[in-house]
Amino acid sequence: MIWRVGTVVALHDETATARTITFEVPDWPGHVAGQHVDLRVTAPDGYSTVRSYSIASAPNSGGCVELTVERLPNGEVSPYLTQELAVGDRLELRGPIGGWFVWRTEQTEPIQLIAGGSGIVPLMAMVRSRGSAASTVPFRLLYSVREPGAIFYRDELLTLSDHNHSVSITCAYTRATPKNWPRPPSRIDAALIADTTWSSNLVPTCYVCGPTPFVESATDLLIASGHGRDKVRTERFGPTGERK
Amino acid sequence: MGTISRGFTGRRSSADAKLPPGQYLTTDFPVLSAGPTPHIPLDRWEFVIDDGTNVLRKWDWKSLRDLPTETITVDVHCVTRWSKLGTSWEGVSLDTLLADVKTDASHAMARSYGDYTTNLPLKDLRNKQAWIAVRFDGKDLAPEHGGPARLLVPHLYFWKSAKWVRGITLMHQDKPGFWESLGYHIYGDPWREQRYSGDE
Repeated sequence: MIWRVGTVVALHDETATARTITFEVPDWPGHVAGQHVDLRVTAPDGYSTVRSYSIASAPNSGGCVELTVERLPNGEVSPYLTQELAVGDRLELRGPIGGWFVWRTEQTEPIQLIAGGSGIVPLMAMVRSRGSAASTVPFRLLYSVREPGAIFYRDELLTLSDHNHSVSITCAYTRATPKNWPRPPSRIDAALIADTTWSSNLVPTCYVCGPTPFVESATDLLIASGHGRDKVRTERFGPTGERK
Repeated sequence: MGTISRGFTGRRSSADAKLPPGQYLTTDFPVLSAGPTPHIPLDRWEFVIDDGTNVLRKWDWKSLRDLPTETITVDVHCVTRWSKLGTSWEGVSLDTLLADVKTDASHAMARSYGDYTTNLPLKDLRNKQAWIAVRFDGKDLAPEHGGPARLLVPHLYFWKSAKWVRGITLMHQDKPGFWESLGYHIYGDPWREQRYSGDE
């Protein structure tokens, strides 16, 4: 797998701590929603280090690859990517990588997406891939965040839930909710799964992405509500994984 | 040298010298797996060595735990680039489990509860290189880390150390397991940085 040079063409702050970076990669071979890339950063003395990040953009994005990176307080790479990087800078990427946690546009079954925090990134690529392929497969997204200010892709998700009812989006808040929100701040539980996600009778494929405790709890709830183990795919990251 | 990243300085630590290429150090223990964590009751747990047709050896939990264990302190290296140094395990050596198995097989497929598989040359499971680990850091192995028992083959990338292991199938030729079918390297030596199928 070869390293390619990507040029930063756009930067967008998603939240106070997360930034979307758009790279132009002229010879990008294309990817499938859910895959990730290796990103290599190199200091002037030749020291370099590599991290993996999930791709946020849809497969057909005209030679561009978009990543959303959450800044980790003691990270080596994420503070550089979210605070220092500027339009015009060049970094090396290779990929796409991963063939399991992916949604292919040929899939026809209903899709259940469950995201915890920055685990939304590869799932957003799936939502975008569905849109760009004009797929009519029914999607549901359950997105758990600490507080309203922590939502990534806010405007795009809002537009999707307003205008496109075949992507139905539910946000759940663990620390602070919007005003007059019906559900007090809490982690996802069996009642929320029952109310907002596809029934196992429809045999959806479920994609769960987030921090390990979140993924453990969400997948246990899915299995308990009748989903087959082979229908639940997971992508987990620990605090040092930096795979976002 | 690759393209310089303007404004990046990075961190260097003395421990980097002990790490395989492209790895960085972590002190916690990240979890990576492809699907739900199986929860396996010990009274239904078993570990089977077969040749694809016949069961050659079989243990239930009690008979496995009656075997002598070893304490293993090793570095582990995950293909997602974290390495953890000096991890402490307790487990049964594959040398013990394979001792009475007469075979001319060249490879093995480790099989897990939850249908995960990973392939290895049989010689990598022998000669004090591989264990069925049942304890980590002085405690029973937690389900998210592969409990009740996982394969531990620390000289290869950690995806080869199959969690929730339930058996190994001996094979006369190599065959890709789960991640190996999805673009990861067939062997996975971290010191040669064999991450992906195209790597040397």
